[in-house]
Amino acid sequence: MDDLLSEFLTETNESLDVVDVELVKFEQEPNNAKILDNVFRLVHTIKGTCGFLGLPRLEALAHAAETLMGKFRDGAPVTQEAVSLILTSIDRIKEILADLETAGGAEPEGSDDDLISELERLSLSAETKAAPGAQAEEPAADTTTGDIVEQSLERPLRPGEVSLDDLERAFREAECEVELPVAATEEELDHEVEAEAAPVAAAPLAETAKVKAKVKEEPAAKEPTEKKASVSSQSIRVAVDTLEDLMTMVSELVLTRNQLLEIVRRHEDSEFKVPLQRLSNVTAELQEGVMKTRMQPIGNAWQKLPRIVRDLSQELEKPIELEMLGADTELDRQVLELIKDPLTHMIRNSADHGLEMPADRRAAGKSEKGTITLSAYHEGGHIIIEVRDDGRGIDVDRVKAKVLERGLASEAELEKMTDQQIHKFIFAAGFSTAANVTSVSGRGVGMDVVRNNVELIGGSIDLRSVPGKGSSFIIKIPLTLAIVSALIVEAGGDRFAIPQLSVVELVRVQDNSEPRIERIKDTPVLRLRNKLLPLVQMSYLLGANPNAVDTETKSDTGFIVVMQVGSETFGVVVDGVFHTEEIVVKPMSTMLRNLTMFSGNTILGDGAVIMIIDPNGVASAMASHASSVVADEERKQQEEAITSALDGQSTVSMLLFRAGSAEPKAVPLSLVTRLEEFDVTKIEQSNGRDLVQYRGSLMPLVYIDPAQTRRSEGTQPMLVFSDAGRSMGLVVDEIVDIVEDRMNIEVGSDRAGVLGSAVIKDKATEIIDLGYFLPQAFEDWFMRKEMDIAALTKKVLLVDDSAFFRNMLTPVLKAAGYDVTACQGAQHAFELLENGDVYQAIVSDIEMPEINGFEFCEALRRDPRFRKMPILALSAVVSPASIERGRQAGFDDYVAKFDRPGLIASLKDLFSGEVGIAA
Amino acid sequence: MTNNDNHASNADEVIQYVTVVIGGQLFGLPISQVHDVFVPERVTRVPLAAPQVAGVLNLRGRIVTAIDMRKLLHLPERDDGSQVMAVGIEQKGESYGLVIDSVGEVLRLSSSSQEPNPSNLDKRWAEISGGVHRLDGKLMIILDVARLFSAMVEQPKAAA
Repeated sequence: MDDLLSEFLTETNESLDVVDVELVKFEQEPNNAKILDNVFRLVHTIKGTCGFLGLPRLEALAHAAETLMGKFRDGAPVTQEAVSLILTSIDRIKEILADLETAGGAEPEGSDDDLISELERLSLSAETKAAPGAQAEEPAADTTTGDIVEQSLERPLRPGEVSLDDLERAFREAECEVELPVAATEEELDHEVEAEAAPVAAAPLAETAKVKAKVKEEPAAKEPTEKKASVSSQSIRVAVDTLEDLMTMVSELVLTRNQLLEIVRRHEDSEFKVPLQRLSNVTAELQEGVMKTRMQPIGNAWQKLPRIVRDLSQELEKPIELEMLGADTELDRQVLELIKDPLTHMIRNSADHGLEMPADRRAAGKSEKGTITLSAYHEGGHIIIEVRDDGRGIDVDRVKAKVLERGLASEAELEKMTDQQIHKFIFAAGFSTAANVTSVSGRGVGMDVVRNNVELIGGSIDLRSVPGKGSSFIIKIPLTLAIVSALIVEAGGDRFAIPQLSVVELVRVQDNSEPRIERIKDTPVLRLRNKLLPLVQMSYLLGANPNAVDTETKSDTGFIVVMQVGSETFGVVVDGVFHTEEIVVKPMSTMLRNLTMFSGNTILGDGAVIMIIDPNGVASAMASHASSVVADEERKQQEEAITSALDGQSTVSMLLFRAGSAEPKAVPLSLVTRLEEFDVTKIEQSNGRDLVQYRGSLMPLVYIDPAQTRRSEGTQPMLVFSDAGRSMGLVVDEIVDIVEDRMNIEVGSDRAGVLGSAVIKDKATEIIDLGYFLPQAFEDWFMRKEMDIAALTKKVLLVDDSAFFRNMLTPVLKAAGYDVTACQGAQHAFELLENGDVYQAIVSDIEMPEINGFEFCEALRRDPRFRKMPILALSAVVSPASIERGRQAGFDDYVAKFDRPGLIASLKDLFSGEVGIAA
Repeated sequence: MTNNDNHASNADEVIQYVTVVIGGQLFGLPISQVHDVFVPERVTRVPLAAPQVAGVLNLRGRIVTAIDMRKLLHLPERDDGSQVMAVGIEQKGESYGLVIDSVGEVLRLSSSSQEPNPSNLDKRWAEISGGVHRLDGKLMIILDVARLFSAMVEQPKAAA
């Protein structure tokens, strides 16, 4: 596309935006000739330029619109219909322009006859209605121009627009004359055309001719706007890319300066200090200067709004007035672009939901015409944009009903909320209170989209609403996105940058002096000037181990960064605060963009990369944390169960007891059938061993420590283990507790009857080996049932990383008659298999480090040697999903870890050929 | 990657590969994709990020996201504390550093020695491998950068 055309496109688009605004104004003030003149001139310019560039379609359309406007100027009454039509024409022109741009200069195919004939029809009717005193020639002229083909012959006029004033005068005085030449054929050029026109009206022709002459002198003059006023020659157009590049360079410069400052800070009395100070100042000024080039008045983003409001007003049949204040407030064009759509949406929203129907307004004692006020102003480093309507305000009850319907909160929760908190729900996703879905709003995209967009640019949105008086939305956005001042803090050993804009103050807390951190249950809060400030640990937000954080907070010394996001104020506890620094926000790579806690990253003065905290991310993380503490905890527990299961150290219910010695002993509770107490007198002696009568049969008693003192009176507690009708009593001195803990055997044991020692409830505890005690009661405890000679020949490989389960299950399997080899991991199993050891079946744990059971099984199934081998999964987690996962991995069966009979039965089934996943 | 697809049909095409070692396995990256090779220093940890993200670092004024290739390939972590290296690549205008164990020589390999991934290759490896080159005494896996990134973008979800 050549420069000329791109210049034309930019300019025309700008002009059209102005036309939009002006026309709406004109509709309201049909007698304001100035506005009409302005509109007329702009349309005329567009028409002329189109002719010059050889764009007949655009030209014809612009001409028809212009003609109609000419009628207004001549005193024809301004009707809404006519204005609408002109606006539609302008939209069409915009469409064509957009196509033109994509097509690189070729006008799109198509016809605008529909609009043109409409426009002409109105022109004609306007004419008849027009003051009868109008020039007599006019009707004639218009009938001649009432044909599209002829309008494309506007060429002779083309140079005319260069000097508009002359032309306009000519126009006003003799429209018909100017248009008459149009009747000539396309090929006919300037002179002949004028010659023809001449007899009709000599005087205006002279002027036209003059214009023509002028143009011939300066054929290159194609930019009417540049000639329009001397002011425009003082400004130049710069491509946005150039500015962006400049901004990037300045950002780099700022970074380098920060680096230099950092170096100099470390050297006292450096000779660089003074020149560096100068450099620093210049950089700051440069930064400001470049920033300024990016600044645009917010009015640019508002240009389309009057038109939108006008259309809405008609569509909704509500008279609406749009007031715009502070349109010259400047902000970064990047921000400006991003705020356009949310603003439009909010205006629509106000018009549709906010304002009542005229009848309702009258009933409420308000004027029929609703007012939407849009205002913008600077406040601190922010721009505040307010969209206010004088409508009905937000209906709290309707919001409540909707909240309940959507299940966003419970009735009890709503009861406790203030109206303001309830109002906030309209920012929730997919929330719309519009009773009906209209073309204007209520389509499911609502204020949540607006909020997201605003938050995306580091802004926040808030709202105030008074029933019956109206509501107002307040958007707070940063002036620029490129360079922000940030507070550098430390948390969990890493440094982070918090944008200064959201930091209200810093509070230092110490253990024994005010202010200090207090707790409600486990929630830390701070008393700050008679208000309670909710606190959160930064390291916790960043996913640090909550336990570690707890011990840290217990010391309760550190800094609290008080942050404000929207109307929420909260404190973030950090370990240290360094300094503030101007940072250049660099976007994070795609890989990290899913992290809502960060808005970007930057390079600090010392050269290190640092993550920039997103205050909105912190706020939402806090909110979601607070509102779902319970769910969170449950989830955490689940997660813990899973992670611990993955570590092979799932928590187990353990029965703690004492027997023989003072140190506690433990046994998994799941293995214990019952806890009983017998009067010592009930203990009988037979065949050299102690027995009690228990449920109609004799139960042998086993002492953990043979040296255990037998009580002579009172009762004797014992653990009863039962299996297949037989019971054994394990005599203990005292049952201490039942605890949920990880059973991590840290020190193995050579002593018979003890698997090893683990830390349970912060105490070294012996884990007893039932496999040792059970045969003491009945020597054939393990042997008797499944004793199968054939089974003895079956070699089973048991893979489990947990020593406990290896020790637990090996005897069980052995008792069932299998020849068991235990190994502690998949890797080891592979080695054994590679060594040529032959097994008839494999029993594998699922939750193992490095290679888990699923992967282990999949790997085995890939090897043709093991494709047919029965493989059994053993897991602490038994859910339909995990069973399905096991089936996919190739397991023949899936058994819960503590289900020993199930394991034996499953193995039996496997060997007898009844293969299939149970459950 | 179109490169690999192309030279499968064109047997005489010679591609230069930068070879790297990750967990004892030789890998090759087409030299056209390697921007630089550097020693990753002062890597800033990124909390909450996917496990294979080693962190972010400053490489001559650019912020580079470091990817721990061992984690990505599900290999055990380095335990000898030896010096690691990183290969700088660019993906959609963003800089990434693949943290590897060591960098080897540049090999000129004809596509005639290239083969598609063996069908029994670990799925997670096959995901990022563009094929295998038969070299003298060893095999070199071609790291397909484009697939590597698409695999990584999906991975955080799968891990969650």
